[in-house]
Amino acid sequence: MIRYILRRSIGGVLVLVVTSFVTIFIFFIGPKVAHISPALYFVGKIPPTIQGQKLIEHRLGFDQNIFEQYWNWVKGIFAGRTIGDDQSLVHCSAPCLGYSFRQNLPVTHLILQALPIEISIAVGAAILWLVGGVVVGSISALKRGSIFDRAAMTLALAAVSLPIFFTGPLLLLVFKYKLKWLPNTEFAGLTSDPLQWFKSLILPWIALAFVYAALYARLTRANMLETMSEDYIRTARAKGLARRDVVIRHGLRAAITPIVTIFGLDIGQLIGNAVITETVFNLHGLGLLSIQAINSQDLPIILGVTLVATFAVVVANILVDIGYAAVDPRVSYS
Amino acid sequence: MTKPETDAFLSVRDLRVHFPTADGLVKSVDGLSFDVNRGEILGIVGESGSGKSVTSQAILGLHKGSRARITGEIWLDGTELVGASEEKMRSLRGDKMAMIFQDPLSSMHPFYRVGDQITEAYQVHNKVSKSVAKKRAIEMLDRVGIPNPDKRFDEYPHQFSGGMRQRAMIAMALVCDPKLLIADEPTTALDVTVQAQILDLMRDLQREFNSAIILITHDLGVVAETCDKVVVMYGGQCVETGTVDEIFYEPEMPYAWGLLGSMPRLDRTRQDRLKPIAGQPPSLIQVPKGCVFNPRCAYQDKVPDDMCRTQHPDLVPTGTSASHAVRCHIHPEERRRIWADEIQPTL
Repeated sequence: MIRYILRRSIGGVLVLVVTSFVTIFIFFIGPKVAHISPALYFVGKIPPTIQGQKLIEHRLGFDQNIFEQYWNWVKGIFAGRTIGDDQSLVHCSAPCLGYSFRQNLPVTHLILQALPIEISIAVGAAILWLVGGVVVGSISALKRGSIFDRAAMTLALAAVSLPIFFTGPLLLLVFKYKLKWLPNTEFAGLTSDPLQWFKSLILPWIALAFVYAALYARLTRANMLETMSEDYIRTARAKGLARRDVVIRHGLRAAITPIVTIFGLDIGQLIGNAVITETVFNLHGLGLLSIQAINSQDLPIILGVTLVATFAVVVANILVDIGYAAVDPRVSYS
Repeated sequence: MTKPETDAFLSVRDLRVHFPTADGLVKSVDGLSFDVNRGEILGIVGESGSGKSVTSQAILGLHKGSRARITGEIWLDGTELVGASEEKMRSLRGDKMAMIFQDPLSSMHPFYRVGDQITEAYQVHNKVSKSVAKKRAIEMLDRVGIPNPDKRFDEYPHQFSGGMRQRAMIAMALVCDPKLLIADEPTTALDVTVQAQILDLMRDLQREFNSAIILITHDLGVVAETCDKVVVMYGGQCVETGTVDEIFYEPEMPYAWGLLGSMPRLDRTRQDRLKPIAGQPPSLIQVPKGCVFNPRCAYQDKVPDDMCRTQHPDLVPTGTSASHAVRCHIHPEERRRIWADEIQPTL
């Protein structure tokens, strides 16, 4: 088991190295193809003189070759680095993910600012969709063909089809502007103002969870229907177990296993969908940070967010596989 | 509903299990009656789709909640089961009657320890602490011949061999000391040496607990070795019933002859081919008119007026013994002559 985790971790590190290198390579090669200097991304629309451009290139290290640049970047993560020349020096302490062109702040700082918001959105929405989806899906399966089943599955189909940029503004319109239940949706930290934290996140949670819950409900229903026709369910009934125990202890226990897998992967990849949610609800999470960075071609931020997101996916994958062994005793990694 | 005039422990009277489907009404079991006493093993034989398993699940009430339409009566020790509530059936299942299934691997929950699954079965019907139930489960594992039961208690079904799994299933079924045990093809998924062990085990346990056993199988060898009485099922009906000796040495129904003829035997020379029964099992939606077996029966010319195709024969005692009854239009003496002259010598 420990050997397995170790092996997977080494694999994960390799993935991180490859992803980060590919990302840096794209930003290195992109400007080359377009015949412009990456320094222009730094200074903005007004082109500097050739000397000025060279100066900036040297200051930001763009005059080095790609491997040197990559090495400096990696070194910064572990040891911190100093960016600039003798005219302007910025020290960026470890873990240094670079220095934003536009915001003039260390990327690590920006990411650390966005991370609590990101995690708040992710965890809240995940709990909501997991519980909601599994409960609705299970009831649907057990009352197959009933009005509940049909209504829930129709709603689920609609929910899968409705994008967040539709449901999000709709929720805002109804609950913030019409009903005025949530007049103030300014984000507040969980520790500083828990109530405001909850108020600011409940609508994004619902919007984001809605899409996933629909998928999970359909998945749970299908799994549950399959499981409930298994032989061991008949055995459980033949033992004289109450229906509730048959359904939850024997049926759901088996039906939920593949859902755990998908859940882990979805959590890891949540950042994609969170982008839209954060934009709609104006929450300054990782998604919004990266969108802004992409729009302003702020390479260091994009690189930093990519690394963090990849890290999340890699960790989620490893956790899912380890978790699977815990859920299914037939799986063993020794 | 009054209790029938029988002192049998389990009495099934005119049981019908019908399933409405899009294609029509599937008459899986159609008018089945039999009795089983304590300490007796009844074999129900027949090919796939003859209604054996449906019958056993009807006795346990496992069709409740499905679309099955069940009529008739099932009396278990004075309690009628067909009309009983689900709650009543639940309290009887596993406690007074238990079941062993065909495939022990798929019949055990893959995610729970074998011991816990047995403990669970015990705790449903006995309000005891976990440790008491565990002790009981280990005792049962030991009783069914599983070595190192306290160690195997903590293992998962996939860590057991096929034979051990079936032993564990038997332990699970017997943990509450049921008075009726239904074994639905308990040896089909096992290899032959293990089959014999499992059958021996069941016989021993039956002697010990004095329970009634229904053994459902398509394996006549198993029946010959284990059972006291036999019900031969075909197309959801009982076509012949009697003691094991009667069914094996004096069968009177052409279908029973066919079954015996298609059974491989060691004492036969290799040149003799097995004699399969021609044709296909009947559709349970459009059951043949007259005798259910008539489309495959080679002896219809022995019956005048095309009766086999027009009249449904009743299950009639043969007259030679009280236990032996046959559903066939052929004259009893003619049947015995065909068996003695034409069938028996070829087996």
